[in-house]
Amino acid sequence: MNTEYSGIILMYAASVALAIPLGKYIAKVFNGEKTWLNFMAPLERLIFKLSGIDTNKEMNWKQHLKALLTINCLWLFYTFFCLLKQSHLPLNPDGNPDQTPDLAFNTAISFITNTNLQDYSGETGATYYTQLFVFTFLHFVSAATGFAAMMVVFRAMKDKVTDKLGNFWDYFLKSITRVLLPISIVVAVILAFNGTPTSYKGKDTFISMQGDTVHVSRGPAAAMIAIKQVGTNGGGWFGANSAHPLENPNYLTNIVENISIILLPIALVFALGFYLNKKKLAWVIFGVMTTGFLILAYTSINAEVGGSPAMAHLGVSQPGGAMEGKEVRFGAAASAFWGVCTTVTSNGSVNAMHDSMMPMSGVAQMFDMMINAFYGGVGVGYLNFYIFIIIAVFISGLMVGRTPEFMGRKIEAREMKIASLIALLHPFLILVTTAIASYILVHFPTMNWAEKPSAWLNNPGFHGFSEILYQFTSSSANNGSGYEGLGDNSIFWNVSAGVVMFLGRFLPIIGPVAIAGILANKKFVPESAGTLKTDTGTFGVMILAVIIIVAALSFFPALTLGPIAEHFSLK
Amino acid sequence: MNTNQNTLFQGDQVRDAFKQSFIKLDPRILVRNPVMFTVEIGTVVMLIVTIFSFSNSGQGSFGYNFTVFLVLFLTVLFANFAEAIAEARGKAQAESLRKTREETPARLLVNGNEQTIMSSLLKKGDVFICETGDTIPTDGEIIEGIATIDESAITGESAPVIRESGGDKSSVTGGTKVLSDRIKVMVTTQPGESFLDKMIALVEGASRQKTPNEIALTILLAGFTLIFVIVCITLKPFGDYANTPITIAAFISLFVCLIPTTIGGLLSAIGIAGMDRALRANVITKSGKAVETAGDLDVLLLDKTGTITIGNRKATNFYPANNVNEAEFIKACVLSSLADETPEGKSIVELAEQDKNMPAVKAPKDSVFIKFTAETRSSGLDTPDGLRVRKGAFDSIKNIALKAGNAFPAETEERVKLIASNGGTPLVVSQNEKILGVIELQDIIKTGIFERFERLRKMGVKTVMVTGDNPLTAKFIAEKAGVDDFIAEAKPEDKMNYIKAEQQQGKLVAMMGDGTNDAPALAQADVGVAMNSGTQAAKEAGNMVDLDNDPTKLIEIVEIGKQLLMTRGTLTTFSIANDVAKYFAIVPALFMVSIPALKALNIMDLHSPQSAILSAVIFNAIIIPLLIPLALRGVEYKPIGASALLRRNLLIYGAGGVIIPFIGIKLIDLVVGILI
Repeated sequence: MNTEYSGIILMYAASVALAIPLGKYIAKVFNGEKTWLNFMAPLERLIFKLSGIDTNKEMNWKQHLKALLTINCLWLFYTFFCLLKQSHLPLNPDGNPDQTPDLAFNTAISFITNTNLQDYSGETGATYYTQLFVFTFLHFVSAATGFAAMMVVFRAMKDKVTDKLGNFWDYFLKSITRVLLPISIVVAVILAFNGTPTSYKGKDTFISMQGDTVHVSRGPAAAMIAIKQVGTNGGGWFGANSAHPLENPNYLTNIVENISIILLPIALVFALGFYLNKKKLAWVIFGVMTTGFLILAYTSINAEVGGSPAMAHLGVSQPGGAMEGKEVRFGAAASAFWGVCTTVTSNGSVNAMHDSMMPMSGVAQMFDMMINAFYGGVGVGYLNFYIFIIIAVFISGLMVGRTPEFMGRKIEAREMKIASLIALLHPFLILVTTAIASYILVHFPTMNWAEKPSAWLNNPGFHGFSEILYQFTSSSANNGSGYEGLGDNSIFWNVSAGVVMFLGRFLPIIGPVAIAGILANKKFVPESAGTLKTDTGTFGVMILAVIIIVAALSFFPALTLGPIAEHFSLK
Repeated sequence: MNTNQNTLFQGDQVRDAFKQSFIKLDPRILVRNPVMFTVEIGTVVMLIVTIFSFSNSGQGSFGYNFTVFLVLFLTVLFANFAEAIAEARGKAQAESLRKTREETPARLLVNGNEQTIMSSLLKKGDVFICETGDTIPTDGEIIEGIATIDESAITGESAPVIRESGGDKSSVTGGTKVLSDRIKVMVTTQPGESFLDKMIALVEGASRQKTPNEIALTILLAGFTLIFVIVCITLKPFGDYANTPITIAAFISLFVCLIPTTIGGLLSAIGIAGMDRALRANVITKSGKAVETAGDLDVLLLDKTGTITIGNRKATNFYPANNVNEAEFIKACVLSSLADETPEGKSIVELAEQDKNMPAVKAPKDSVFIKFTAETRSSGLDTPDGLRVRKGAFDSIKNIALKAGNAFPAETEERVKLIASNGGTPLVVSQNEKILGVIELQDIIKTGIFERFERLRKMGVKTVMVTGDNPLTAKFIAEKAGVDDFIAEAKPEDKMNYIKAEQQQGKLVAMMGDGTNDAPALAQADVGVAMNSGTQAAKEAGNMVDLDNDPTKLIEIVEIGKQLLMTRGTLTTFSIANDVAKYFAIVPALFMVSIPALKALNIMDLHSPQSAILSAVIFNAIIIPLLIPLALRGVEYKPIGASALLRRNLLIYGAGGVIIPFIGIKLIDLVVGILI
């Protein structure tokens, strides 16, 4: 058991140790300083020249959002049509069919929004063309979209800016050429050397010991798997995601992939500190996120390593913890740790079946996604955190007897309106859709749909409720992992989750960018002794309290009827 | 305003507030407060449920439903009462002021003839006359004459003041009494529009506009309310899924407990109480926003004279030259100052009188007083027996001595330099063109002012002293008094420029002033406090009027503003933190019967589901009246730095807000458990 724990500690320590210099490097890139990757500059210039973009033209927050939304719309249509017609496109050695319109709708939104819910299975539901030129492409650009939006907010937090918040295309392209691409290449090479396929050939076959012919899907997977982790996408090549032996062949690749999941989300926090030259603030934010992360990781690891009481009642000894749905090569602790890493960062790749984990792990994973700001997805994690900062600044500003201000700008009614709406959105999307699904399930179980609602759930009772709640939580948080017990490839689930993902992605990008843009335009108030300092431990406690209370208060009843009730029933 | 010591709740005010609590149930009034409005809707729903539960027990017993309805109704009433009592207190305060001038007869001048009419009929531009013994009927400006006036009715200060036409002391206030002489006064305000009327309207709530921070907070609270609307509505299908029927009473109880009713119910009371505290400090504000802005101030402009120093310069020491008898010298000093009406001159006489050994000095008959002129820069006295005493600035007296062929003693010259470098003013005294010595005049810095500035610095407020002194003197006094900056040799436009420069950097500036030439700067400042004794122009330009004419009042105003914001912030935190315990009371109560495993969440070990729900709503209701005193008094402000203050308030109101309801609900449950 000790080696399992030291494996986790090693992964986390290595992630932070890599994240600090990476954050410094990112800050340098976007401050326009010279870095060793400057040899990418001619390539970037060429792309800008071909696209007719003048990166010296700075944009205000509205122009940024316009650019962001326009290009995302374009990708959405491209993806949708590729998926609808994928059997007619090249690179389809296995002869996989087109996606149905509702599945294509869900899949397209899911990849645009960095969610990767994947109601299809990669082996049969996609072709090499869509895997590479749609999904892998979107892995990069959706992460870069979040990255660029975050850069707008970073820039707006600088002291002397007003309307000039940099150029969207510049942020966007550089986040790919200078950050996502180089890291992905390193990760992909490690994966390829450990056995992840990188072949354009179709299915392979071998004859098993029993004498059966077994078909094994493959493809140029290593590249996709690297960016799926680095860009907090989570959409893997194979249906079983990183639990699949070809996506995640051994403990070493598990370490590399797990580090890739949390590396960039942590690095971006430090990037904020280096970029704004407010390192203390970055440490406070990191401290808050890490506290939350560690509490939830402890909860989940504790539950998994402890094993299932149901098994214990049967008199079965569980020396390795609760191993149902887990890979023996990773073990209970590393699977639980991954489960928390992937849910806090809105990544959504899995190396074990979350559906089979202990109820308390379910609480931890859902809570991760309900908060969605402990590190969070690339770029968007900080955007979500920013909303909590604004609310915390507002309440604590009042508590010290001064009109609240953040980074020298006063927070007033307009910003509070946006912040409240965005804070409200997440509970709204999750609870209302879960309520609709529950309502249909209870009152119209035999409705004449292709898949009857009564057939949705593989498990009745509390666990079934958790499956529904998890699905919408994962969609709204743009996470993409799922409780696989849910029959989610049907019109109802494809469409409802699609809508939730779409709203859960773009509104929480628009909100913080708008707030930051409005604040940047306000008069800068220099700090005085009466100003509340945001880079102190006290303020960190305040943010943590706001985060926990807002999330706990919104989701406590729902969690009670799902995993919490299941937990107590197991005793 | 002599009712400063009244208790929080006075009989008649409580009665009035009680009546108002019911009037405010009108949904058209209550809709201004979204949180309490939703509680009222819940109450109405519960009333309907209660009526139906008579015949149908599907929603629980009649008694239980009725109790829930009653508690919710009380919750709304308590919130209304909080607002009403705050209004009543403010109104009482203002009323005592207003009473003094209601129905005062006014001697109106019409075409030179005098007519007696009621003061309420006076219009702007009317001219009236007041003589010894008359009560001034309304606010106005003296256009002719000079009078001593007793302003104790408004300021509580018993010493009469002098008001005269022209200049900066021409304004009179309704309700004050003329003690001597006769003045002609022009009415400057329309009936019902004086500062006092505006203030009364503000505390009465009708015309009270929400301040920017209050609006932002209301939005946040509305956001929280909406989240809980979603939580409660979606709980119905969740309950259906889990085969758990939830009664309407339980739904509404959960909802009312979760939404921030505590702060929602007290929010407007806090705002009104802030205005009321300002009024109690004898400051009339024109808007709630001004009080709130005061809490944010970064820079305070203060006049040196009267604020930092006591009145004018005072003589502090006599330094005779070598070979000059001290008694002789002091006698000469007194002689030279006997006719000097300036405060400096008087202080010389006073200082000499403190010395018991000195015989009283009187000017001999037929002495000729030499008045101070700008050319001679000296004054003095020539006695019939040929004594010529002069006192004045160093160089002018030196000139006199040198012209007569007398040397200026070196040690006196040393002393003069020493006094000047210590921020004092040296006055050289000569007798028959011979130098006798030097008098030291010093500014007397008010006791305790250093500590007050220190306090302001800890609040993050920079203090700036404005003075007509030369930079050297100004610097010395600034250092001694502990101000952060000073404007020396200040002209009115200097203040204006300073304010503008600070505002350019995003700072909020406050200043006090009384003269007409202060008006532009008062208008420019974010908080402009005009003295009540000041001109009408100054009063119009500022956004507050200080009835006491006390320049240090700004410090109090800053604290009132901070208290106002802090009370809102801490009670919001408290209100939201309370939800944790309420969840642990109600959520297990909702599901315990159908899902016995969830009994584990009943960590307070409450008696039964019904008693748990009742205890939570009862706690939710009574916490409002329990916190009314805090809302009215305000949370104490301590200048210990923002982070320390946050830590303190987070501990008291955040951690306290989590813990207290656990105790409160458990205690209520013990009682309720016995009753049902």
